[in-house]
Amino acid sequence: MSFAFYLISALTVAGALAAVLLKNLVHCALALTIAFAGLALLFLNLDAQFAGFAQILVYIGAVAILVVFAILLTRGSETPKDGEIFSRTWLAGLAVAAAVFAVLGWAVLGTAPMLPHSSPAPHVTVLQIGNALMSRYVLPLEIVAVLLTAALIGAVMVAMHEKEEKQ
Amino acid sequence: MFEWLDQVFVLLKHWLVSFLPATWQPVAGILLCVLTIICLFPALFAICVLLERKGLGRMQNRLGPNRVGPFGIFQPIADGVKSLTKEDLVPLSADALVHFMAPVVLVVVVFMGFAVLPMGRNMVLVDLDAGLLFYFAIGASTELAVFMAGWSSRNKYSLLGAMRAVAQMISYEVPLLLSSVAVVMITGSLSLSKIVEAQNHYTWGLPHWYIFTPWGFAGFLMFAIAATAETNRSPFDLPEGESELVAGYFTEYSGFKFALFFLGEYVGMLSISGLGSTLFLGGWSSPLEALNWVPSWIWFFSKLLLSIAVFIWMRGTLPRLRQDQLMNFAWKFVLPMTLLNLFVAGLWRFLGDGWERWVVCSAILIVAYILMGRVGMYREHFGPRRYRYAE
Repeated sequence: MSFAFYLISALTVAGALAAVLLKNLVHCALALTIAFAGLALLFLNLDAQFAGFAQILVYIGAVAILVVFAILLTRGSETPKDGEIFSRTWLAGLAVAAAVFAVLGWAVLGTAPMLPHSSPAPHVTVLQIGNALMSRYVLPLEIVAVLLTAALIGAVMVAMHEKEEKQ
Repeated sequence: MFEWLDQVFVLLKHWLVSFLPATWQPVAGILLCVLTIICLFPALFAICVLLERKGLGRMQNRLGPNRVGPFGIFQPIADGVKSLTKEDLVPLSADALVHFMAPVVLVVVVFMGFAVLPMGRNMVLVDLDAGLLFYFAIGASTELAVFMAGWSSRNKYSLLGAMRAVAQMISYEVPLLLSSVAVVMITGSLSLSKIVEAQNHYTWGLPHWYIFTPWGFAGFLMFAIAATAETNRSPFDLPEGESELVAGYFTEYSGFKFALFFLGEYVGMLSISGLGSTLFLGGWSSPLEALNWVPSWIWFFSKLLLSIAVFIWMRGTLPRLRQDQLMNFAWKFVLPMTLLNLFVAGLWRFLGDGWERWVVCSAILIVAYILMGRVGMYREHFGPRRYRYAE
């Protein structure tokens, strides 16, 4: 655990907390972007170049923009007057979050002893990831591709339906 | 002698760094390179602005700037002093922090792209294994800066400009990425230095640049279109269309923050031109084998300035597109063509070295281009143009 790790983790946690605690929705979305950037930096800190850059490309370049667009096109970005940041069901939400965290933590702690401690970190290049995706994992890749295509066609259908109604 | 000239900047860096103790040398080397990039590209920005104002003036039958210094060549300095000394206005209802962060984020992100561009033989700051991926990941973050600027200004024009800019950048990022993927497929690497190396061969004194192949030519054209849209340049300058939106997403910026947006736009242009020349025009390799003695960095920066000249030329020539034309063009023409180009690049790879692949690949692309153009024209009911007021 180096100094850089603590710095990046602090940034990520601060971004995530701000995303939950800030009142203005657009500020929340921007804070979430900081958390995404922190996660990408953590990947890079672990020498996982591909995962880090994919994180930036997908989450900052696409997901954050999508969130911001959704906020602007639906509820408006005005700050609520009487700022109540906790919803009424915060207890249930907390319980769900704690349960998810517990399951994930249990899974991570369960796998830790299985890994050999002394082996050096493997140096994985983008070329190796590409080869693995195109040979061993080609079936999952294709399934994901079909799924995404179906989602895309679905989105187009939704958009086209609205257009017909207008006319 | 010529080899020495080719490597003069690398040698200069090693010579300067050698004065420091050994433990500091790697850090100092990196800092020196970063400093060079940060100083060099704003200088090029100043030259580009002057060239643009002069060139546009010539195209519009006027002189352009001619008061500051001989032929107005000190105009950028005067502009810089002006923007530094102007009052920095922040609207009362603006979101001060986000309003301040937007230009900073934009400029930082734009400069980061240069980290992976090879600007000459052995002249790349970090030779990343996934350099192209890094470039696109960083490039995708500029949209957020544009949105921050538009939203935080609390101005309808700014917000409209930002929404237009983000929609346009997202739409054209897809063809930008897909046209570059063809290069990656042929080279078999995401590293930009390897892509340049793969093009740095000669047959009969002529280079093996990717633009001189059917898929590369089509890919380069689509890359250039997408890059123009990505940098919000005319004819895709809807986000900052002066006649419609004042200045688009940076309407509420003044003083040096405005200058930062201006800098960001031009440095973004230089950076995407650098990527385009790296991917399709052979990067730092020379256009003729006989000219190999000219230092590699001269070729890179010549290609850069040539692309800027084309950008200026297009701005002086083409009218602005409408929003629906922009979107239709991206999704109904450029995107299918890039997808077809991926298929053609695959064919090129597996058809062997003979002349057949030239015929097959060119035929597919030309037929598709003509068919799509005809079908598109037919659907839009384009006929002979009639002017109602003249009848």
